[in-house]
Amino acid sequence: MAVTLNAKALGYQPLNDAVRAATGDIEITECFGERFIAASATADKKLLIHGVPGNALGCYMDGASVVVDGNAQDAVGDTMNDGEIIIHGRAGDALGYAMRGGSIYVKGDSGYRTGIHMKQYLDKRPVIVVGGCTGSFLGEYMAGGLLIVLSLGSGDEADVGRFTGTGMHGGRMFIRSKNPPRDVPEQVVYRRAEADDIASIAPQLSRFSELFGADKELLLTSVYWLLEPNSTNPYTQMYTNN
Amino acid sequence: MAVNYIYPEQEIVRNYDRCIACRACERQCANEAHEYLPEQKKMTSDDAKCVSCHRCVSICPTRALKIVRTDHDFRKNGSWDKKNIYEVYKQAETGGVLLSSMGNPLDFPIYWDKILLNASQVTNPSIDPLREPMETRVFLGAKSQDVTRGADGKIIPKTTPQLELSLPVMFSAMSYGSISYNAHESLARAATELGIYYNTGEGGLHEDFYVYGANTIVQVASGRFGVHREYLDAAAGVEIKMGQGAKPGIGGHLPGKKVGADVSRTRMIPMGTDAISPAPHHDIYSIEDLRQLVFSLKEATAYKKPVIVKIAAVHNVAAIASGIARSGADIVSIDGFRGGTGAAPTRIRDNVGIPVEMALAAVDKRLRDEGIRDRVSVVAAGSIRNAADVVKAVALGADAVYIGTAALLALGCHLCRTCNVGKCNWGIATQQPDLVKRLNPDVGYRRLVNLMTAWKHEIEEMMGGMGINSIESLKGNRLMLRGVGLNEKELSILGIGHAGE
Repeated sequence: MAVTLNAKALGYQPLNDAVRAATGDIEITECFGERFIAASATADKKLLIHGVPGNALGCYMDGASVVVDGNAQDAVGDTMNDGEIIIHGRAGDALGYAMRGGSIYVKGDSGYRTGIHMKQYLDKRPVIVVGGCTGSFLGEYMAGGLLIVLSLGSGDEADVGRFTGTGMHGGRMFIRSKNPPRDVPEQVVYRRAEADDIASIAPQLSRFSELFGADKELLLTSVYWLLEPNSTNPYTQMYTNN
Repeated sequence: MAVNYIYPEQEIVRNYDRCIACRACERQCANEAHEYLPEQKKMTSDDAKCVSCHRCVSICPTRALKIVRTDHDFRKNGSWDKKNIYEVYKQAETGGVLLSSMGNPLDFPIYWDKILLNASQVTNPSIDPLREPMETRVFLGAKSQDVTRGADGKIIPKTTPQLELSLPVMFSAMSYGSISYNAHESLARAATELGIYYNTGEGGLHEDFYVYGANTIVQVASGRFGVHREYLDAAAGVEIKMGQGAKPGIGGHLPGKKVGADVSRTRMIPMGTDAISPAPHHDIYSIEDLRQLVFSLKEATAYKKPVIVKIAAVHNVAAIASGIARSGADIVSIDGFRGGTGAAPTRIRDNVGIPVEMALAAVDKRLRDEGIRDRVSVVAAGSIRNAADVVKAVALGADAVYIGTAALLALGCHLCRTCNVGKCNWGIATQQPDLVKRLNPDVGYRRLVNLMTAWKHEIEEMMGGMGINSIESLKGNRLMLRGVGLNEKELSILGIGHAGE
């Protein structure tokens, strides 16, 4: 049953109570920073949010789908397990923190620590696609999943800040850019993505184009840098049993 | 051959008059310290491999073995003792960071042992718990600040979710990975039978143990291992791990080699990958940020479960606890510097943090002074060894305590402090199937129930002696405590008088 909820009138706790109680199509209007929307929401919910949802949108989300027609704030998809979040604007810091499954598509930029602690396990393989650029510490402590930065609208050179992949020990990261990323630690290797690498992310690129009307051909034929952990140089500290 | 600088810390002493060369010690020792010499038809031992876990001593049918601390020593030196000299040798040899297990073993003051309890004499008679009811039940969670009545004059209940404990003791966080499946099963079943709680630690919850969810506290740490909707839903409470007493300021790192199939499934990471839980939560830089994580967990569990925030006892613990009380957390847990660990850098374990007795007293006072003591329950952890420590902790202001080491001792741990090696001969701190099966959960859980039942009786005896029949009347009742051999500053921080005052 479709419901429409006015976030401004309700405030965040009653709003989230109402979202918990609802199923089917849920439309949220006049959203001005209300937090935790769609926390642990399951596949029986489809949310459309007008305005700017507050921090931790879709935290622990487990199958719901969320569309935001504007920007989102920090910690979108924190520890998200399944489902899809689509943001027709920008996202804040720590996008997809410890995300374990499902996918997040952001049309514009995202903030610092995008994809931090992303994981994967068996068929659970989370996906983050950022259409614009990101802040520093992209993919920090990344342990799994797929992270794609398209840097559209910033020429051919991606601006992902500094310290990309610090602590990365799993997963794959694609950055669309003419120039290779800076400050990559020695535990991470990067190379120009080859045709079959790009083919492997074609479904995500197509989905992005379909959602936001981007030029799919351009995306499929661009230069990407692929970052992966360097297993010969792992993040282990030498310990001595005492 | 390289010169070996290290002489073994312990010696295996075998009484050959008693040894029947049955080779049981050889079979039982995962460290391979014992060996049979077929030509001589006798057993021999290598002291260097012995970790002093006493497994062989305990199973030897003829009591032919004992382990003694070696009397081999350096020239007496007040500044350079054997420990410091050997640590230099080890690091010079390997270039590695020293890694230790279990709590700080150094000779720091134990304030529990310098605090004595009161008892009634003549006036305010003592109570005999054998024939009079004693209340040891506690409820953990925020308490209502005021009473609201409806138009009909009836009280409108607005109690937030609480954890109900039959006695003020819980089993503290020990992850599946750091301890074995059978150890977890023993803790879960004992907590269920006792009406208390055990804590998953940050390694997720094995699917077999969801049935014990009503007595389970699940942990959320910076790496978020094993955290998902069903995990949160299964639990009675959710604990955010900000710090650990054994390693304040340091995160966890489960090496890939310990991530086998089962641990992999529970943590939800591929087999053989490192599980890195850094010290900071990367979305928390302030109390406001902590508040966000607290409320994200409350939202995710529809405000049905209390949220605990666990911190290590550090210098400014009182101010930090005050912030946590204002963050919306229901319970704050304080882990003292003697708290145990499966592995921690030796330097951190032995040099960082403060005693939980001081931290607890400071936190309780601060929260009272600020008028927010009822907003949170306080749990003290890290070095609670017996029922008297529990009573003293409650009188210093704790609502309850966590025990880790004591629970492991009940399961057979002999405190050899080599958990990090993963070859626990008692089946506790290991993932090796042949070792894990040595710990029978039917026996383990019963021993935990016995221990807690005994402590409950002792707590009742001590309360009765003081003329107190409810644990609530003991909470923060520092008049029941006196210090011995403590200086003015120590007494003033603990908020207690000296014996004789």
